[in-house]
Amino acid sequence: MAEDLVSAIAELEEEEALRLVEARLAAGYDPFKILEESRRAMEIVGRRFAGKEYFIPDLIYAGEILSEISVMVKPHLGQNIEVERSDKVIIGTVAGDVHDIGKNIVTFMLDINGFEVYDLGIDIPPETFIEKIRDTGAEIVGLSGFLTLAYDSMKNTIDAIREAGLRDRVKLMIGGGQMDDGVRKYTGADAYGRDAAEAVSLAKGWAGIKLP
Amino acid sequence: MTKTPDELFEERTKRFADAIALKEPDRVPVAPTFGFFYAKYAGLSPEETFYAYDKWSLAVKKTVMDFEPDMVNNPRSVIVAPGPLLDIVDFRQIKWPGHGITGSHSFQYVEGEYMKAEEYDAFLDDPSDYIIRTYLPRIYGELKPLEKLPPLSSMMTGYLATHLTSALARADIMNALETVARAGTESLKWRAQMDSLHEDIRAMGFPFSSYSAASVPFDVIGDYLRGTRGVMLDMYRRPEKLLRAIEKVLPMQLKAAVLIAKRSGNPRVFIPLHKGADSFMSLEQFKTFFWPALKKLIVGLIDEGLTPWVLVESDYTSRLEIMRDIPAGKAIYHFEQTDMFKAKDILGDVVCIRGGVPNSLLYTGTPEDVKDHCKKLINIIGKGGGYIMDSGALIDEAQPENIKAMIDFTREYGVYS
Repeated sequence: MAEDLVSAIAELEEEEALRLVEARLAAGYDPFKILEESRRAMEIVGRRFAGKEYFIPDLIYAGEILSEISVMVKPHLGQNIEVERSDKVIIGTVAGDVHDIGKNIVTFMLDINGFEVYDLGIDIPPETFIEKIRDTGAEIVGLSGFLTLAYDSMKNTIDAIREAGLRDRVKLMIGGGQMDDGVRKYTGADAYGRDAAEAVSLAKGWAGIKLP
Repeated sequence: MTKTPDELFEERTKRFADAIALKEPDRVPVAPTFGFFYAKYAGLSPEETFYAYDKWSLAVKKTVMDFEPDMVNNPRSVIVAPGPLLDIVDFRQIKWPGHGITGSHSFQYVEGEYMKAEEYDAFLDDPSDYIIRTYLPRIYGELKPLEKLPPLSSMMTGYLATHLTSALARADIMNALETVARAGTESLKWRAQMDSLHEDIRAMGFPFSSYSAASVPFDVIGDYLRGTRGVMLDMYRRPEKLLRAIEKVLPMQLKAAVLIAKRSGNPRVFIPLHKGADSFMSLEQFKTFFWPALKKLIVGLIDEGLTPWVLVESDYTSRLEIMRDIPAGKAIYHFEQTDMFKAKDILGDVVCIRGGVPNSLLYTGTPEDVKDHCKKLINIIGKGGGYIMDSGALIDEAQPENIKAMIDFTREYGVYS
């Protein structure tokens, strides 16, 4: 029975997935199990995305189904139980740039891979990154940018992190539309990731998580 | 003997035309597609870029004179509408210098569901009515009162509907209409400035890369109406409506692009692709929602004697076989992150290939790096003609010496024997 829901979500069968959730809730099924199954389904979606079997629209649609399920399940949860997550990643689109599609996908992929992700949003000045590094003690930071103006903005952000004396405490990765390894060198980041799957491998490598 | 600007204009035009016809021109044409580089290079502040029409014109002319590209990227495709015009209508769909963006010469798009999912039917039934009474009030703050207009089709009963004009006398609607008049006046001022810039550049001996432009219907719907997220969900939740909207938008785009191209006398029509890339949709979705309309757009323009210049933004490597299916020697595919060498292999006998110099190299590399890269491009992609040297994307940031290296090296090394 559990597998029906996992596969309905993973196959992006929205109506079927919602029907199953509704039927289960009505039958008094453990709501936490529904969430756990949804999480497993999202792992499959993430794997398919990394394997280029699924694309951005599939990811967005899966996210949409998941949030509908959350809304349905929420009233049935007694209290929120926070999942303990150890490895923290800060992510944001650098100052001057307001693009967020790529960043949101990286956030999503890191999240389903078990990272605690602090997504700062778009057009984020260096000080905000620095503050968050201090507050959370995160050791991994992802800088996102779509436009070529982000080259300098990323460089400025990394320079500011260095001046704040935090450069040795964090690993920095960059990604987005016009980025490549030449830009990585220019900005002084530790790594460039071509897509969300690469961002996850980089973060896992740094966090000391064994890669499959 | 030095050539006159007219002779140079003809020479440059022919060089381009030969490359497009998949022949070997005298040498590889080189036409960096300048974007906000015009402003940066000339030292304009971000606000001047959007607000000082005369300074923007001078910046474009200075850049063209200093670099002498074979084609000039139409500055009207860089700044489509200037700051004063956007201010008058209180435009909501972009942020521009002084309005939500600091330190950038460029503008950025504000993603949104400007047309809601349940409004497809209204759009499909009567697009013009939908645009005037629902869409414009959302994207132009000052035109919000237009949502109170009666349905425009109610005016079809002439004498019987005359009383509906009373709506036009509402204070808020009159205000909105006055705003339209002011915006129109400002728009004319801008247009006059841009027309004289066009003439000046023509007189200097330089053709424009394009004058007219068109968008793929999927992009029109995704960029301007439904938003990226909205249009992506529509592919699953309401594919029939999306396809009907695509069918509806296609002839509108084609008609407008043909009209403007013919009026301008410039046959090249710019078509930037936004949402059909390898990572943005599956191959199946590309074949269903993107390519059929793009192909009709390309073929429709070619049938009118025009030359589509398709800017293939991002990576389309997995779609190259499909994109072969157009008349040979009549169009330009300008690639950004697509594998250029594969593109030459698959498409070399069908379409002129443009681009190949990464924007990141132009900013972070040295002139030597740029020359090495251009050499490889000329050797492989330039082989046998049908190639135009250019950056991958619109150039906003670049080191001037790298642009110069790209142009000078191509002029020297790109000669066909």
